[in-house]
Amino acid sequence: MTSSTGPILTVENLNAYFGDFHAVKGVNLEVQRNEVVSLIGPSGCGKSTFIRCLNRLHEEVPSANCEGRVLIEGQNIYAENADPVVVRRKVGMVFQKPNPFPGLSIFENVALGLKLAGITKKSVVTEIVEWSLRKSALWDEVKDSLSSPGLSLSGGQQQRLCLARTLAVKPPVILMDEPTSALDPISTAKIEELVMELKQEVTVVIVTHNMQQASRISDKTAFFLMGELMEFDETSALFTNPKNLKTEQYITGRFG
Amino acid sequence: MQLEVAEKLTVKQAKPKASSAPRRKLDIHFGDRVFYYILKASAWGVVGLLLLMVGLLLDMSWPAFVEFGPKFLINPEWNPWTGEFGALSFVYGTVVSSLIAVALALPVSVGVALFLNELAPTWLARPVGFFVEMLAAIPSIVYGMWGLFVLAPFLRNYLQPFLHETLGFLPLFQGPMLGYGMLAAGIILAVMITPTIASISREVFKAIPLGYREAALGLGATRWEMLKIAVLKTGASGIIGATILGLGRALGETMAVTLVIGNKAHISASLFDTAQTMASVLANEYAEADSDLQLAALTAVGLTLFIVSLFINSIARYVVWQVDKKYAGMGR
Ligand SMILES: Nc1ncnc2c1ncn2[C@@H]1O[C@H](COP(=O)(O)OP(=O)(O)O)[C@@H](O)[C@H]1O
Ligand SMILES: [Mg+2]
Repeated sequence: MTSSTGPILTVENLNAYFGDFHAVKGVNLEVQRNEVVSLIGPSGCGKSTFIRCLNRLHEEVPSANCEGRVLIEGQNIYAENADPVVVRRKVGMVFQKPNPFPGLSIFENVALGLKLAGITKKSVVTEIVEWSLRKSALWDEVKDSLSSPGLSLSGGQQQRLCLARTLAVKPPVILMDEPTSALDPISTAKIEELVMELKQEVTVVIVTHNMQQASRISDKTAFFLMGELMEFDETSALFTNPKNLKTEQYITGRFG
Repeated sequence: MQLEVAEKLTVKQAKPKASSAPRRKLDIHFGDRVFYYILKASAWGVVGLLLLMVGLLLDMSWPAFVEFGPKFLINPEWNPWTGEFGALSFVYGTVVSSLIAVALALPVSVGVALFLNELAPTWLARPVGFFVEMLAAIPSIVYGMWGLFVLAPFLRNYLQPFLHETLGFLPLFQGPMLGYGMLAAGIILAVMITPTIASISREVFKAIPLGYREAALGLGATRWEMLKIAVLKTGASGIIGATILGLGRALGETMAVTLVIGNKAHISASLFDTAQTMASVLANEYAEADSDLQLAALTAVGLTLFIVSLFINSIARYVVWQVDKKYAGMGR
C-alpha cells in the first residue's frame, strides 16, 4: 500500500539471460494502477521471459538469471531481502496452457492459494472461493459440481478456473502469458471480457500474439523485438500512429 | 470364419469405388491380418502358459490338499517329522517381511527420486542416480551375504538394543536379539526394492509437465509445498504403481531372505525373532524333501505364494484404478 498514487509496477533496466543468451535487453517500463497492458511482438522476442521476471519465475529455469530493478507498489522484488514466495502472492500468473491441479477438485483448486497463504477458516475460504468463481464468470457453471475434479472442465472453463485460482489470493497485479492461445473463439471472448472487467480491481499485464486482442482489451501496448522494448504507448496511438518504423512494419504485417 | 467375414466386408467396400480390382484390396490387408493373428496368438499363449502353470502346481500339490484340506492355509505348524504341514507361518513371514520392506523403502525411494529429479544439480544427480540404479544389478546372493556378515551384526550390536530400549514396550521389539531374523529380512528387502521404486518414481516425476510446478510456485508455494502439490499429488498413482512392482519383487525374493531370516517355521510377534517365508522354505527344503507328502505340501506353498502375489497385485491394481479415476483427464 505504499504510494497508492504512483505507478504500481516499475521496471528499471531489466536484463534477462538463459546462460549466455541475452533474452531481455535493458527494458524500462511503467504501469499505472488499473491498467491493462499488452505485450506484443514476434515469437521468440522475449515476451514470456520478460513477464516471468515480474514474478521471479524466470529464475526457476536452470541457468537463467536476470538483473535490474522491478518495483511492485514501490518495493523492489529483487531487493536482497525480498522473498520470491511473497512476491508471487502479490503478482499472480495465468499461463498459456490451462493447468488446474490434477487430483484437486474445482473448489480445492481455487482454495489452494489461500491454504498456502495460511487462510484456513472455512467460512472465509468458502466465501472467497465463490467470489473468485463469480469474478471469473464460472460460478453459475460449476456451483453444483464444486467437488468434481478441476480437470473435468472444458479447456475454456479450466482457464477461467485458473484465473479464479489466481484471483483468490487478491494479488494487485496479474500476469497472463497468451492465456487464450489454446482456446476456442468463444472461450477467448469470455476471457477478454473478464480481463476488461477485472481492471476495476487489478492491474493486468498480458502477453498476446494477437494484435486484435491487444487493441480490444488493453489501455497500453508494448512492442518487443529481439529482447528489446521498441515502443510503449497508449494502445490506440501505437496501432494508429506508431513512432517506431519496426512497430509499423510489425503491425502492418510485414514480418513476424 | 472371420476371414470370410473380412473378405466379404472388403469386397463390399471396394465395389462402389472400383469394381475392377477387389482382389488387390484384399492383398493389401493380408499383412495386417497375419499380424493380428500373431498378436492374438501371443496374447492367448501367455494366458495359456499361466493356466498351465496353475494346473501343474495344482496337480502336484493335490495330495497335500486332500490330506489337510483348507486347514493347510490356516495351520502355522510345519513339521516334516510328524508329517503335519500348514502354510500359515510362511504366509505370515512373506507378508510381514514384505510390508517392512515397503514401509522402509517407500519413503526413502520417493525421497531419493524427489531429490535427484527436483533438487540436485545435474552433476550430482547423474552419478547418484546411476549408483541407485546399480543397486538393482547386485545379485541376490550378494545381498544375502552382506546381510549375514554386515547387517546382522550391526542389528545385533546397535539397532536392536536401541529399539529395545526406546520402543521395547511393544511386543514387536522384544525377545532375543540375534541380528538375523524378520527385521534383517525386511531391511535387506527394502534395500533390494529401493532402486525399483526410486527409478520408476523418477520416470513418473519426469513425465509431470513443468506447468504444474510453475502454477504452484506462481501461487506462492514454497519449494516443499510445490513438490507436494505439483509432484507428489500429481504422481500419486505412479508412485503406487512403482510400489506394487517393488512389493512384487519383495514377495518372491528368495536367496537373500533365506540367508538372513533364520528359517524357523513359527509365528512370532517380535520382529527380532526368526521367521520363514514361502520362498525361503521352498529353497530350503525342496531339494531334500523326505516324503511325497512333504513335496506336495511344498508345492502347495508355491501355489499359495503364487496366489498371494496375484491377490496383492490385484488389490494394488484396484487402488491404481481408483486413483486414476480421481485424476481422470489429467493431461500429460
Ligand atoms: N528455457 C530456455 N532456455 C534457453 N533459452 C530459452 C528458454 N526459454 C526461452 N528461451 C529463448 O529466449 C528467447 C525468448 O523466448 P520467450 O521469452 O519464450 O519468447 P516469446 O514468449 O516472446 O515467444 C527465445 O529466443 C528462446 O529461444
Ligand atoms: Mg511466449
